[in-house]
Amino acid sequence: MTDAVVTIEALTKRYDETGHVAIDDLTTVIKAGQVTGLVGPDGAGKTTLMRLMAGLLSPTSGTIRVCGFDVMTDAAAIHGTIGYMPQRFGLYEDLSVIENLNLYADLRGVQGNERRDTFDRVLTFTDLTRFTDRLAGALSGGMKQKLGLACAMLRSPKLLLLDEPSVGVDPISRRELWRMVYALIEQGVGVVWSTAYLDEAENCADVVVLHEGHVLFYGDPRGMTAQMAGRVFQLHGAGPEKRHVLARALTRPDIVDGVMQGDAIRLVVKKDTHPPDVTEIMTLPQVTLAPVAPRFEDAFVDTLGGQPKRTLGAAPRQRSEHRDANPVEARGLTRRFGSFTAADHISFKIARGEIFGLLGPNGAGKSTTFKMMCGLLRPSEGAALVDGLDLYKAPSAARARLGYMAQKFSLYGDLSVAQNLEFFAGAYGLSGARRREAVTHVARAFDLSPHMNESAGDLSLGFKQRLALSCAVMHDPPVLFLDEPTSGVDPLTRREFWGFINAMVSRGVTIMVTTHFMDEAEYCDRVALIYRGKCIAIDTPDALQQSVKSGVLPNPTLEDAFIGLVKAQEEAA
Amino acid sequence: MSATRPGRWRRIRALIIKETLQVVRDPSSFVVAFVLPALLLFLFGFGISFDATRVKVGLVIEEPTPETTWFLASLANTPFFDVRQSSDRRAFIDDLAAGRINGIIVLAGDFAERLARGDTAAIQVITDGSDPNTAGLVSGYVQGAWQSWRDQRALGSANVAPGQIAVNSRFWFNPELESRRFLVPGSISLIEMMIGSLLTALVVSREWERGTIEALLSTPVGIIEFIIGKVVSNFALGMCAMGICVLAALFVFNIPLRGSIFTLLGFTAIFLSVALSLGLLISTVARTQFLASQMAMLVAFLPGLYFSGFLFEIASMPAPLRAFAAIVPSKYYVQGLQTIFLAGDIGAVLLPASVVLAAMSLLLFALTARNTKQRLD
Repeated sequence: MTDAVVTIEALTKRYDETGHVAIDDLTTVIKAGQVTGLVGPDGAGKTTLMRLMAGLLSPTSGTIRVCGFDVMTDAAAIHGTIGYMPQRFGLYEDLSVIENLNLYADLRGVQGNERRDTFDRVLTFTDLTRFTDRLAGALSGGMKQKLGLACAMLRSPKLLLLDEPSVGVDPISRRELWRMVYALIEQGVGVVWSTAYLDEAENCADVVVLHEGHVLFYGDPRGMTAQMAGRVFQLHGAGPEKRHVLARALTRPDIVDGVMQGDAIRLVVKKDTHPPDVTEIMTLPQVTLAPVAPRFEDAFVDTLGGQPKRTLGAAPRQRSEHRDANPVEARGLTRRFGSFTAADHISFKIARGEIFGLLGPNGAGKSTTFKMMCGLLRPSEGAALVDGLDLYKAPSAARARLGYMAQKFSLYGDLSVAQNLEFFAGAYGLSGARRREAVTHVARAFDLSPHMNESAGDLSLGFKQRLALSCAVMHDPPVLFLDEPTSGVDPLTRREFWGFINAMVSRGVTIMVTTHFMDEAEYCDRVALIYRGKCIAIDTPDALQQSVKSGVLPNPTLEDAFIGLVKAQEEAA
Repeated sequence: MSATRPGRWRRIRALIIKETLQVVRDPSSFVVAFVLPALLLFLFGFGISFDATRVKVGLVIEEPTPETTWFLASLANTPFFDVRQSSDRRAFIDDLAAGRINGIIVLAGDFAERLARGDTAAIQVITDGSDPNTAGLVSGYVQGAWQSWRDQRALGSANVAPGQIAVNSRFWFNPELESRRFLVPGSISLIEMMIGSLLTALVVSREWERGTIEALLSTPVGIIEFIIGKVVSNFALGMCAMGICVLAALFVFNIPLRGSIFTLLGFTAIFLSVALSLGLLISTVARTQFLASQMAMLVAFLPGLYFSGFLFEIASMPAPLRAFAAIVPSKYYVQGLQTIFLAGDIGAVLLPASVVLAAMSLLLFALTARNTKQRLD
């Protein structure tokens, strides 16, 4: 069961001779009959390593042997024995499910009776039998990944390489994918599952944690997590002061990590130190500190040296007058595309200084709702209001009150940091002394001053995010909309980003954030669960988790809550 | 790459089936392969014409005589002129400047005397030099009309001066000098170039852009098989478009086909292989559809438009451009097409052109094979 299917020795990959090293002197093995997790943030080298193992890239130096074949000399033999599912949907969207399967069966030489049996098996396995005539492009994210998996496993591969299979997949389909992969490893297949989600590492027998082309950790994730035993605590009862408490806690030298978990705060203390004295952090009588089981992410952040300590600069200024207690409101927002209803009577109100999350899988209608809230898409019915102003009746006045940070880096990579800031200040109508003041202010608040002359495109991911956030809050808006702000971002950058957001919230800014990332939702005061165009629940993360608590699930996660609520919704329908 | 990997033909067949399904479903391939040819063909066949019919001229008759009336009548009786008349040239100057007329013909007061003297410059033609193409046409037509009127007059009076040479032009192969007859073969060459190079470069770069090639290359499919699949399906598409063009040429534009249809198809197949190999070469460099279409425009379409000799006379170009035209494949194809349609299967034209095209195709395929990467990096 523990034969190595892949052995990698001193592997280095550079894309050009002087350029940066994507994989740096890496040595590891991948074992058969188990799932090996390839874990790391975007840009860590996961996809490069996957392509190298699939024989699609040639190593700059070092060797990789897959099932005994060298990738340099025997790529053809490797292609006959592996299954590979690229990160982007690699199948043909303009071909139907069965046409894609036929193509790949021909390419992999699955013929005659064997083909019929194989199709029966994989279609049943992936539950795609009902959709064989549907064009692949018309499948949901989860179904696309299942089809990709079906095509990759047609010829019973010895090694199955899955590059971020769970991106863009709803939690239910994600669990199904895992179940399928577990069924495959029982047949002795070696599976490599790459992911940026640290919670998935816990499903793997072994993990290779990649960081900037290096292996940070290799081995059983439980072993890595176990090192953290006794060092992780949850702080309860801080109530509305929770963000302040977290910020205070993070300034202490004995605390290496701290994140929001619904109403609680998760704190990780330095090795060989005692649990922190609560009274030193907060003198509230009801605050309690309880030890909790560590998780992989705690160990990961600890390995990287803990959350970076920095004192926040002057946070963005605060607007004094507000017109409304609910600065953001959706009133029966509906959007139809032809006969398809992407958003179906979605209503919510967001209180001032609240972080509100729109949570749901890709294609659920979350982005449609978000676009209507930003005034980028006209609702078929209903209204979106910011500070009491309708985004369609008074668009410019309403938009002046909101800041928007897009999912992708949408600044000008060829311009310097200073030029980007100047441009956005101009775009918001600031000129002369007010523009200079605004630029200086955000540059100081987000610590951008040392990088003012660098090209935005050359910044690290963390700095790019800071710059994007600076541009979004340049005009000091009372409302800030964030579209998937930290998906694919490494845990440290994500913590830093939420540090800025928390500081803004504590000064009264209202935040709406979309995410399909359960961890991100835990930073929210309240979340709306969007599923198939409908808002199926709005509540605090804690209350949502409590609502699905049962004997089987004594400690439900937000993902459990999501799955439970979706199932309840489907049973009711 | 090993020469005979098991299952190679089955894989190629599967790829061709895939390409066919995609062409049927993908509107952009359909547009490039069928709509664009139709559009180009009709544009060149009906829209653009270098034949000036109804040239608007002002005829100035300073002193009416029987000769001037006769000349006026002979001008007005041809289908080529729309004649306005005045006794003062100043009446037409503003019209010419404003482009309301294309030229002025002046019969001076001493027209009859000059004529009697056998003067070579009996009439004056004023044209608009800011539009040299039309100006050339007008002066050519007027000269023609003048010549034929003089011939008629000489015939009528039966006093041809002895020893005078009468030039009698015959235009072979295209007696009516209809520009459509050489524009349509020219546009067929553009269409074949578009399908061969633009479409090929597009469909290959699309696989890179959409990431579908990554999944393909992780299977036993080699890049050579992948390319064969693309070549075969686009070759078939190019021949289909050719079929449509030939039918349109014969039955819509009434262009004669004097050579055999087999020569036409065979010659086209050779040219199409040049265009395909050019498209493949582009796709070894361009990995986005945008870049691919830009490069195909620059490398294939524009030279095919300007240096194929169907719009602009290559012989009248400066030497460096003439040398460049010699390496433009469309030049040889247009030459051959015009020959097959209008003259017939003339080996002296077609054989050298075929040899040059085949050599180009081999060279481009060799370059493609050298530049094609087996992997993603």
